[in-house]
Amino acid sequence: MPAPIRLRELIRTIRTARTQAEEREMIQKECAAIRSSFREEDNTYRCRNVAKLLYMHMLGYPAHFGQLECLKLIASQKFTDKRIGYLGAMLLLDERQDVHLLMTNCIKNDLNHSTQYVQGLALCTLGCMGSSEMCRDLAGEVEKLLKTSNSYLRKKAALCAVHVIRKVPELMEMFLPATKNLLSEKNHGVLHTSVVLLTEMCERSPDMLLHFRKLVPQLVRILKNLIMSGYSPEHDVSGISDPFLQVRILRLLRILGRSDDDSSEAMNDILAQVATNTETSKNVGNAILYETVLTIMDIKSESGLRVLAINILGRFLLNNDKNIRYVALTSLLKTVQTDHNAVQRHRSTIVDCLKDLDVSIKRRAMELSFALVNGNNIRGMMKELLYFLDSCDPEFKADCASGVFLAAEKYAPSKRWHIDTIMRVLTTAGSYVRDDSVPNLIQLITNSVEMHAYTVQRLYKALLDDISQQPLVQVSSWCIGEYGDLLVSGQCEEEEPIQVTEDEVLDVLEGLLVSNLSTPVTRGYSLTAIMKLSTRFSSVNRIKKVVSIYGSSIDVELQQRAVEYNALFKKYDHMRPALLERMPIMEKTASNGPTEIMQTNGETEPSVPDTKHLPLVTQPANQANDLLDLLGGNDVMPVIQTTLPTKPASAGGELLDLLGDLSLTGGPTVVPAPAPSVPVSQPPFLLDGLSSQPLFNDTSAAIPPMTAYSKNGLKIEFTFERANPNPNIAVITIHATNTTEADMTEFVFQAAVPKTFQLQLLSPSSNIVPALNQGSVTQVIRVLNPQKQQLRMRVKLTYTHKGSPVQDLAEVNNFPPQSWQ
Amino acid sequence: MRFLLLFSRQGKLRLQKWFTPIPEREKKKITRDMTTMVLARKPRSCNFLHWKDLKIVYKRYASLYFCCGLDAEENELLALEMLHRYVELLDKYFGNVCELDIIFNFEKAYFILDEFLLGGEVQETSKLVVARSVEASDMLQEKQRLMEIILLFPLFFSCYHGGIHEQACILTLGEMDLHTPEGIWTITDLEVLLLYRTMEL
Repeated sequence: MPAPIRLRELIRTIRTARTQAEEREMIQKECAAIRSSFREEDNTYRCRNVAKLLYMHMLGYPAHFGQLECLKLIASQKFTDKRIGYLGAMLLLDERQDVHLLMTNCIKNDLNHSTQYVQGLALCTLGCMGSSEMCRDLAGEVEKLLKTSNSYLRKKAALCAVHVIRKVPELMEMFLPATKNLLSEKNHGVLHTSVVLLTEMCERSPDMLLHFRKLVPQLVRILKNLIMSGYSPEHDVSGISDPFLQVRILRLLRILGRSDDDSSEAMNDILAQVATNTETSKNVGNAILYETVLTIMDIKSESGLRVLAINILGRFLLNNDKNIRYVALTSLLKTVQTDHNAVQRHRSTIVDCLKDLDVSIKRRAMELSFALVNGNNIRGMMKELLYFLDSCDPEFKADCASGVFLAAEKYAPSKRWHIDTIMRVLTTAGSYVRDDSVPNLIQLITNSVEMHAYTVQRLYKALLDDISQQPLVQVSSWCIGEYGDLLVSGQCEEEEPIQVTEDEVLDVLEGLLVSNLSTPVTRGYSLTAIMKLSTRFSSVNRIKKVVSIYGSSIDVELQQRAVEYNALFKKYDHMRPALLERMPIMEKTASNGPTEIMQTNGETEPSVPDTKHLPLVTQPANQANDLLDLLGGNDVMPVIQTTLPTKPASAGGELLDLLGDLSLTGGPTVVPAPAPSVPVSQPPFLLDGLSSQPLFNDTSAAIPPMTAYSKNGLKIEFTFERANPNPNIAVITIHATNTTEADMTEFVFQAAVPKTFQLQLLSPSSNIVPALNQGSVTQVIRVLNPQKQQLRMRVKLTYTHKGSPVQDLAEVNNFPPQSWQ
Repeated sequence: MRFLLLFSRQGKLRLQKWFTPIPEREKKKITRDMTTMVLARKPRSCNFLHWKDLKIVYKRYASLYFCCGLDAEENELLALEMLHRYVELLDKYFGNVCELDIIFNFEKAYFILDEFLLGGEVQETSKLVVARSVEASDMLQEKQRLMEIILLFPLFFSCYHGGIHEQACILTLGEMDLHTPEGIWTITDLEVLLLYRTMEL
């Protein structure tokens, strides 16, 4: 049997292969030869064969049949064999193979070998890929070697111990005694690995952390020596002495100083020294400064030091080296929460980084810019960010758009500015905005009552330019559907009103329906918008025609809508105006993140497909609240303790209310309580399946209840509360009670308010007002009063009493001032 | 450090060191991702990337990319220094190292790495000490080989005088005393050289 070809020979041969197929062929041939050689148990050339196998493995070919051979090599006495054997083990074996357990004994023997290089190999392999079982078995040996005086072995043992601790944290205690005098070593290698070991132990165990805190002075001393000592050729890197060790010590100091005043005090001086004396012309100096800054920010340093750190970061931002700028932006992002003002000072530099050519830097700069936006700088920042949005790569646009929306929502100086900003985003990055931004924007627009005309005008103009960006198109068609009358009437206070006819508007909407650019969702929006215009425009016939055409559309969604709208025209024309009237205010339940759009008077939301995922976000919370409501969850509320004595009764009352018709004490008895009883407003929410109001009141003064109507035995009381997120909304709960002997059935309560208000009437608890005050009907009214005018209401009551229908109209003018101020 | 990869501009892997246990398939995937991401970078971009929860640091030296994956709390700028230190060590060992050296002597590149890093951390911060350790290990290897040759081929040893081979690597071991069962043999450079050629990998 001729000797197997040499490794370098093989490499040379394989490299001459011109195609992948040729290479594969050579490799297969060689593998076959190696396999037969393994079978013959050839000791002499095993090493060579495994080395060749490792080369082929690196090229990507399977080499599992060499695993056992590696073990044989490790067990051999020859150093060459061991070297290749251990290398093979590290490359070919991993925890999943059972084979590697067989190594344990070999490693154990080698850890006790007479030659330090063999011991080193064993330590290296164990420290690199030892499994938990192996670590458990061999931890004792490693611990022994940690105490040896041989620095070559000691440093390797320290890092091996780190690996053991990572794999089997319970063994950490075992290494504690050996760490006693690790730091008094002179040898830099041992010192460095010791610091790594100590870091690992402190990170994993708070007890260890406490134990090692006493090492702070020693570490400070070592660091000082490194900085002050003269030139040491062995450890010098560009004029800095052993930067690796310096950085590791700084990192350990960070962990030890965190949340401990004394330790932080002890390291103050050295940190200041490092921060000011380190040479910054090369990367290595900046690496140390970077670590220093991270340490200063993390420990309880004094403010002067913190300012120094942030200024260092500021200087980094101006550095020519991209890496340094990147690192600075990342660090500033971490500190912006805690040292906001200090970071604000560097805002202009950060914003400049938005124009950097490097993708990583741009992303960091964008994130940091959003973090820095506040009420004072919103206008300037938004200008820069919108400019960035225009010119950035598509990968950024979605995040940037979301960020802009969030920032605008939080800090918008005026409604008009807010709407302008949104328009800008929609027109420049419209196809990248997230799906949930469409309902958010619609909700925002609805609530900006005075801007409706301006908004719809701008959106209409945008539509004329470009119908390819779906979110923009969807928002626009929704608005045109809602406020088309304002558009055509040409009333706009904010800018020059445009002259547009009903037909032109309908042309645009119909255009959307037929365009190839529109998605099915968009088509749904535009069809509904056209339908809504039937109550706002006069060209009803045209609309009827459009709607009937789509009654036979292939798209099931469109077809369904068209058929229903058709039915509306034909059979339910009397309901059409009511159904299609102006949308009332939509409540936001969360001020950050995705907002809810709640079901209003049963009218279908065009954005239902998009909001599908939204309710899920708060459903758990709602369900929890609802559950607690069922349990009469007055104990949930942290506020309003004065009504506690009466609460159990009312709680019982609500529970029974839900179940319907048992006699109970009823609402009015709760009302006399000094604070408006919040619990009473719960039942309607449960029945409607709406997300709950915040269940506790503002701490502002409670509004006294009032009697709105009292006639013929029917008494209606109003109780008030403020809606938490929006102080312009007054929430009124009516309680209707009946003092006569007969029930009032088919009870319907209706209310109307003057034009400057908006009213929302939720479903009543029932429509039977039981006789003799045995119960009450409750219903919730929500009134939006943006102009804070005096609240007036006209109510209409209809019911059947003793067989005959009764109807009455009344004015309610005696609202307490607090309810509308 | 979680891993260290060396690959060429064509994406061919030249060295792979994994500091945490990962299944083979996962290793292949990571390697693929790294090569794609790093090779796609524009020439003057910064050397840092984000990938999953790791920070990726890479640097190009001539035709080789050195790429390593770091945990979140590690210092990226220092990682650049670590990569540079490794290149310096290779350079010292091979003398003006180039990609070919690493291709043909990959096992030596690993040995050097194993004297510099252990479990992903720096084990020795002095260039000199690392270089000496590698030299000493190599020496041990040669000594042992020599021992075994002498025992196996005493005849060969005693009658060879011969010339110098081409492409021979000269090991200056100076005068070396070998203790064998047959007594103490003193070997001169030339003889060592020849024996080395017979039994190399």
